Amino acid sequence: MEAFTILAQEADKAAAAASSAGFAYGLAAIGPGIGIGYLVGKSVEAMARQPEAAGMVRTTMFLGIAFTEALALIGFVVFILIGL
Amino acid sequence: MFALEFPPINEILRWSDLFPSFNKIAIITVAAALIGSLIFLLAGNADGSKAPKGVRNFAEAIVEFIEGQIIMPTMGRDGLGWTPFLLSIFSFIYLCNVPGIIPVLQMPATARMAIPLFLSLLVWVVFIGVGFKHQGLGYLKNSLFPPGVPGPLYILVTPIEFISTFLVRPFSLTVRLFANMLAGHILLVTFALLTKELVQGGNIALVPVGILPFFMLVFLTAFEVLVAFLQAYIFTILAAVYIGGAAHPEH
Repeated sequence: MEAFTILAQEADKAAAAASSAGFAYGLAAIGPGIGIGYLVGKSVEAMARQPEAAGMVRTTMFLGIAFTEALALIGFVVFILIGL
Repeated sequence: MFALEFPPINEILRWSDLFPSFNKIAIITVAAALIGSLIFLLAGNADGSKAPKGVRNFAEAIVEFIEGQIIMPTMGRDGLGWTPFLLSIFSFIYLCNVPGIIPVLQMPATARMAIPLFLSLLVWVVFIGVGFKHQGLGYLKNSLFPPGVPGPLYILVTPIEFISTFLVRPFSLTVRLFANMLAGHILLVTFALLTKELVQGGNIALVPVGILPFFMLVFLTAFEVLVAFLQAYIFTILAAVYIGGAAHPEH
């Protein structure tokens, strides 16, 4: 009986870890999603207005994406650490 | 109905050792280093007086890409001396990433923490070294006490600058490369498993449905070609930005 309770608790813990991992990744994806969308949208606008500056805008855009995306990736790492 | 037996993460990322402590990841890494060196050695030995062709043409295109797209926008003309370093980082990371989509290999070597960590520690040591070489001890002063900040605010600014420059930079470089490649690998594994489960699961009605995850798998493989290049590019350009920033203080 006691072993059974412990087993049930372990299963509960695993389920809680899995769902909280899902929440962690979902929450971590919101901000970077908005950020990258805004960033790329503005960059496309800039490139359309001034095509001769496209190369410079593109480089800066990739830099910005790299910094923004890092947050989502840290969320992904957290997801792996607590979920799997 | 769709109870997928997703393998534990260790099974996705580990292979049995061929020799003690030498597994598939190590083979991919060594192969990446050898192939990269071989291409540029062959190109270097080719006749440079005529119009370039074959491997030399290819290598010159890569060097021009590094110089024109990575160094010039971030470091300017003074940074051209860094071409060999950034070129080797770029080609090594790219050749480590690309096996993620090559059949049989199917594993980006950078999806294990060790290689991105080593590379970003290398970049970390290099940019700090460059800072001290070009600015002496003024490098610490310039990076920890940025000019133009009112006095009392330094209590707040200095720790933030220290953490963001010396701790977060290598960490985020590592995690960016590692997590991107790992996420791509896990996505490919998921859709491959889903296809296999639907097609070979025993239920004949589900076999036509299996074509959907298969198309997704093909699409994601094409996407991974892009990601492999983009991550190598981003790692290199960030290394260039950090080195350029250390060589010339911001005014």
